[in-house]
Amino acid sequence: MTILEVEGLGIDFGGLTAVGKVSFSVDRGKIVSVIGPNGAGKTTLFNMISGIYLPTRGCVRLEGRDITGVASHKLAAMGMSRTFQNLMVFQQMTVLQNVMAGRHLTEGVHVLPDLLGLPGSRRRNRESEREAQRLLELVGLARGARREASELSYGGLKRLEIARALATQPKLLLLDEPAAGCNAVETQEIDKLISDIAETGVSILLVEHDMKLVMKISGHVVVMDQGEKISEGRPEVVAHDPRVIEAYLGTEAEGAKTHASG
Amino acid sequence: MSGLSVRTATLLALALIVVLAPVLFPSSFYYRVGALIFVNGLATMGLVILVGYAGQVSLGHAGFVGIGAYACALGPVYLGLPQILCVVLGAAISALLAFLVGRPILKLKAHYLAVATLGLGILIYMVIYNEGWLTGGPDGMDVQPLGVRELLKDYGIKVGSSELWYWISGVVLLVGAFVALNLHNSPAGRALRSLHDSEVAASTIGIDVARMKLTAFVISSVYASVAGSQVALMNRFVTPDVAGFIHSVELLTMAVLGGAASVMGAVVGATILTALPQVLTVFEDFEHVLLGLIMMLVMIFLREGLVPSLARRMRRSVS
Amino acid sequence: MAPPPPNNGRRTDRQGWHMSEFLQFLFSGITVGSVYALVALGFILIFNASGVVNFAQGEFVMLGGMITYFTYAAGVPLAAAAVFAIVVTCVVGVALNKLAIEPARGASVVALIIITIGASIFLRGLAQVVFDKQLHRFPSISGDDPIAIGGATILPQSLWIVGGALAAFLALYLFFARTLTGKAVVATANNKLAAQLVGIGTNNMMTLSFALAAAVGALGGVLMTPITLTSYDVGLTLALKGFAGAILGGMGSPFGALVGGLLVGLIEAMTAGYISSEYKDAVAFIVILLVLFVMPNGLFGRSALERV
Repeated sequence: MTILEVEGLGIDFGGLTAVGKVSFSVDRGKIVSVIGPNGAGKTTLFNMISGIYLPTRGCVRLEGRDITGVASHKLAAMGMSRTFQNLMVFQQMTVLQNVMAGRHLTEGVHVLPDLLGLPGSRRRNRESEREAQRLLELVGLARGARREASELSYGGLKRLEIARALATQPKLLLLDEPAAGCNAVETQEIDKLISDIAETGVSILLVEHDMKLVMKISGHVVVMDQGEKISEGRPEVVAHDPRVIEAYLGTEAEGAKTHASG
Repeated sequence: MSGLSVRTATLLALALIVVLAPVLFPSSFYYRVGALIFVNGLATMGLVILVGYAGQVSLGHAGFVGIGAYACALGPVYLGLPQILCVVLGAAISALLAFLVGRPILKLKAHYLAVATLGLGILIYMVIYNEGWLTGGPDGMDVQPLGVRELLKDYGIKVGSSELWYWISGVVLLVGAFVALNLHNSPAGRALRSLHDSEVAASTIGIDVARMKLTAFVISSVYASVAGSQVALMNRFVTPDVAGFIHSVELLTMAVLGGAASVMGAVVGATILTALPQVLTVFEDFEHVLLGLIMMLVMIFLREGLVPSLARRMRRSVS
Repeated sequence: MAPPPPNNGRRTDRQGWHMSEFLQFLFSGITVGSVYALVALGFILIFNASGVVNFAQGEFVMLGGMITYFTYAAGVPLAAAAVFAIVVTCVVGVALNKLAIEPARGASVVALIIITIGASIFLRGLAQVVFDKQLHRFPSISGDDPIAIGGATILPQSLWIVGGALAAFLALYLFFARTLTGKAVVATANNKLAAQLVGIGTNNMMTLSFALAAAVGALGGVLMTPITLTSYDVGLTLALKGFAGAILGGMGSPFGALVGGLLVGLIEAMTAGYISSEYKDAVAFIVILLVLFVMPNGLFGRSALERV
């Protein structure tokens, strides 16, 4: 049972190919990781899947429906939500309000009752608050719920974004480098959190730069280099794929390359 | 502010100000200044919703003030409507115009949006200025009274015009504050405020960015229009200047000076900018110099505005 | 509101279409369009270097005209007065950057908009206090005898304005394309950080852009005043029309600004001539709105992607 299919997806920026033709799929309830060295086109791929960039070619299907070029707010309603590599937390809200904002689709838009502070508006607020509290507990931020979001640590902000994305009740969650910039302890916590989320039945597609990190939790890994998919499969298989080693060594440590091949 | 929500505290404080300020008024002139402050405060609150909550700029909001004002000037003459309906009509026209024009305009970002709203405001001004057969052109036109004083007189209550408008505008301001504060932490309000920090992030949690921007634009146009109607009814006279560019800029400055995201800030900003020219009449020639200076200084040194900056400082000294 | 452009042409009957009438509107359009082009050039100079839309650009034009007038009235020869005005306006431009734009580093776009509008109102208010509220004019460079062309007439000063716009465009074009400093400004615009890394003083580049923009604006003021007159409050309208030109030209190249400014002037003159002189000032906004909706990148601009 696949939830997401990506078929021949690619994009050109001003004549330059950023992503060539990438195909893969995500099975329901599974964690799939896209890895690759810096500049491999992972985030660009993500931006195409989540409707922020319009792809030049190829298509994306969510639960069998073609969603290529669909606006991202509509994708959220179809059950896809995402986080960002360079955080996009609502800085002017409290931690709790950030997650409550993620309940937008459940709350619906009822401007007049909200302006007048009618009971219906307050009831929706209470429901959202309860659910947001629950999600903050899940990501381990329940204690600082009333603090300004801007006061959180870097790792805290990352988890806040995950909680906000979860508040949209996604079937598929896209995580863009959830552990980038986190220390070892924080990284482990995020790993655990991602596994926990997957266990609740949410499918996860994650982009990660650090290979070690995804090996533990992913069931399937897609490796990209220079805008193309160069390998995919189970993590332990991919890790020993010579093309993958080449790609990583080639960009990460030019010096090591000579050792590896020589 | 433990125990008391910001919403309740702000409303209480505003109500106290409205009720207690007259104790300090030595003459009816001060009632008039007070009423002007409340009316400007109302229009500024509309901008708080647009600029402070939703993060969109408007340099043409006086255009909606003008629509509200001229609705009360023209409505009774041409349509035979009672003034109270003219206020509603003005608000409806403003909302409709904001809705129709906002759709394309709000797709624009930052300076493009600023210029487009500026253009909209100036177009409204031009129509009022040029269509003299209808609006009296640059000479302005008289406005029929609201009729409340006559009504009160029938009951044997005599009240001066300034005093009456002080209380009317004070009550309308409180209603405006009530609505803006309700919105702040409501589901729709959160959706608006999420645009302020990141439109992209807002869209990934399902928020229809264009629709929410439009909502903020329409709501704020109604605030401006009702404020304009009050100015016209209070002065019993309107000129195209209510819709002018300088007035738009003044309103925006009031919003950012007090604190663009703060309802209380709207009143503080309106108080300072409205009272300043009245107090410093000596500086009449320097009015624009001061306005420009305030705009620059606030944005350089006090970017959050007075009220949020002070609140932060107080919180820090408490903890 | 800017004073209307001169209408030296004979008013013929409204029924028929007259070549001479059309020519007259054309000349008038090219004249004001050249002023708008100068304003537009100033806009893109600053926008390219700093991403700031300087709403005070029109005040540079106002200062150019007003300072020239008052210096000239004090007995200084016209040419010297004009040079003095341009230099003083340059200083104002640099001061604007140093005192208001640089200290606001990292401010949001909305904050920068408010700052430059504040600067515009400040300068306008200051001009009202330091000078006066009257309309002023000083003599044209080559006299006021109209030159007859095809049944229409054009003032020699109009030719000076057109020439001034072309010269400013050429000078800027050569500056950006041929000189090292010009290339440094372009580099700063493209990527501030990278420019810093290769040793370009990006702050100096911004200051230079403000100085050049002020000079170009002041030049416009000096050239236009004999025809359109000037007063303390001409800046805003000019800024908006120049901005319309800059947007029409794609908010990037000097060539786009030149063509965009001229087009706005032409459309405005034709509107004033054939449709309604009351609403000629509305033309600029309608141009702005149409361009933004129909072709957001203008005639010559390139599209940009939002980075996420």
